[in-house]
Amino acid sequence: MATTTADTAPWVHRRVEPNWLARFFDWKPFLIFICLLPAIGLLMVFLTYPLGLGVWLAFTDTTIGKTGQWVGLENFQYLMEDRLFWQAVFYSVLYTGIATIGKFALGLWLALLLNNHIPFKRLLSAIILLPWITPTVLSAIAFWWIYDPQFSIISYVFVDVLGWRDRYIDFLGSTWPARWSLIAANIWRGIPFVAISLLAGLQTISPSLYEAALLDGSTAWQRFRYITVPLIMPILAIVMTFSIIFTFTDFQLVYAITRGGPVNSTHLMATLAFQRGIPGGMLGEGAAIAVSMIPFLVFATLFSYFALARRKWQQGEGND
Amino acid sequence: MTDAAASANDQPNRPTVAAPEEMAWDSRTKRVLFLYVPLACFVFILLFPFYWMAITSFKPNAELYDYKTYNPFWVAKPTLDHIRKLLFETAYPKWLFTTMYVAVASTFLSLFCSVLAAYAIQRLRFKGSQYVGLAIYLAYLVPPSIQFIPLAWMVHSFGLFDTPMALILTYPTFLIPFCTWLLIGYFKSIPYELEECALIDGATRLQILRQITLPLAVPGIISAGIFSFTLSWNEFIYALAFIQSSENKTVPVAILTELISGDVYQWGALMAGSLLGSLPVAIFYSFFVDYYVSSLTGAVKE
Repeated sequence: MATTTADTAPWVHRRVEPNWLARFFDWKPFLIFICLLPAIGLLMVFLTYPLGLGVWLAFTDTTIGKTGQWVGLENFQYLMEDRLFWQAVFYSVLYTGIATIGKFALGLWLALLLNNHIPFKRLLSAIILLPWITPTVLSAIAFWWIYDPQFSIISYVFVDVLGWRDRYIDFLGSTWPARWSLIAANIWRGIPFVAISLLAGLQTISPSLYEAALLDGSTAWQRFRYITVPLIMPILAIVMTFSIIFTFTDFQLVYAITRGGPVNSTHLMATLAFQRGIPGGMLGEGAAIAVSMIPFLVFATLFSYFALARRKWQQGEGND
Repeated sequence: MTDAAASANDQPNRPTVAAPEEMAWDSRTKRVLFLYVPLACFVFILLFPFYWMAITSFKPNAELYDYKTYNPFWVAKPTLDHIRKLLFETAYPKWLFTTMYVAVASTFLSLFCSVLAAYAIQRLRFKGSQYVGLAIYLAYLVPPSIQFIPLAWMVHSFGLFDTPMALILTYPTFLIPFCTWLLIGYFKSIPYELEECALIDGATRLQILRQITLPLAVPGIISAGIFSFTLSWNEFIYALAFIQSSENKTVPVAILTELISGDVYQWGALMAGSLLGSLPVAIFYSFFVDYYVSSLTGAVKE
């Protein structure tokens, strides 16, 4: 008996008791607080607070360097009668609608192509992501050069190589061609992300489903419509929410290629807010335009969220 | 064999339609027509602007503005004039350095915040941790386009206007949500038993984080770092709104505002600047492309 206590006692004492500071850091509530503090603190100061501040600024006549007075709905009343603002709303909706349809149609097609057995698949999907990786402004400048009125390579191909047209296309000089050119550039930039995300969705679909459908004598269209589409719908909804939000609030492409021109016809709400707020100095009015984007964004998010929720309900899954 | 037989029984009139996929694709021309031709078109269209960018930056001005005597798709006499002009006659190296500095600093800041936050949410598990995670994730959905005006006001009142610090502090607002989301997913894949063993051995929580969880999470941290770096390298609107003096501008902003002077655009220099500005991201990305694609698809699968 005596020997065992003599053996264990020094062993117990060898364990160093942590000092109070270490024990304090091991206290779970404190540790959670400390771990969350940097992220939550930074987001509170530079994300949540500006969000509220932006709404407040929209109701004031703040300019750069001068704290504004509360002016109520004056900014919004002014915008209501501003033809340019409504033009920007119209073009933002059109830009988002057409670009989203284009991105998802072409992106899904590309994803379906990549889902086949092809050589160099990894290399191919890496290359395809390039437009998404490179800084948008820099590829936008490349598009600006491609859309040049005198030295456009597209015009060169159509006029001098193929001979389909006799005059160079004026891509950015008038309202509608400029609008379509910007949408085309946006689709180009958006395809890779959509394609790679949907490819990830396609790869999770079990091949046995297709085999079963083949045994039942289905056509390719039926397999696409009744197996592929329902099963990638959840991923499609998430990717679409992201895509709609960031297309609607797009700034870089338009600012880099046309800066809202010609004659302000290609302003999106974001570029108009920037023009009024930063170079124009009228922060209050710019904030009012930016705040007017929020209802559209909430609507888009809810739309995709309910599409997603409906899928879960149909599949009879638990809430996971 | 059995597949074909079964489908033939079901629809004896249309055996080709119901044939298994491998058989339907058997004919080589069909595969080429419906798979390789569209794929080649996609690759061509997606890559052409980069080719055009590259070829323009090596063309002498004589070729650049004369499509009649020179074939625009190729360079007859490649020149480094535009790149030399860019590097030695403009502040381009300075812009590159500023961009690099801002991107690296904001990446480290957001990685530090995100690792701790993701660890707290995924591993320390407290009441409501899911909701904190959801709130951080939702923060990603707040687009910079509605934030830059109030942020510009804040930056002015903090006296940070026209300093790189303004960008280093604001970039994490879109980097932290993304990194945290990515890292929560990654921490989930590390077996919890490892931490339990360490707890039994008497390690403190901080020791566990430093000596067990972090080393295992290195791949996840690297991919979060790549994402952050490219996102902050590509950021435009904050840099445009908060920076005024030429030497503090980042590459995307500087090319658009400093290289374009008057009505005559120096397309050669512009394209060279775009090419050099895209290269660091492209090179960085090509080293880590496997991480990148897998974490992108993994993040979407979550």
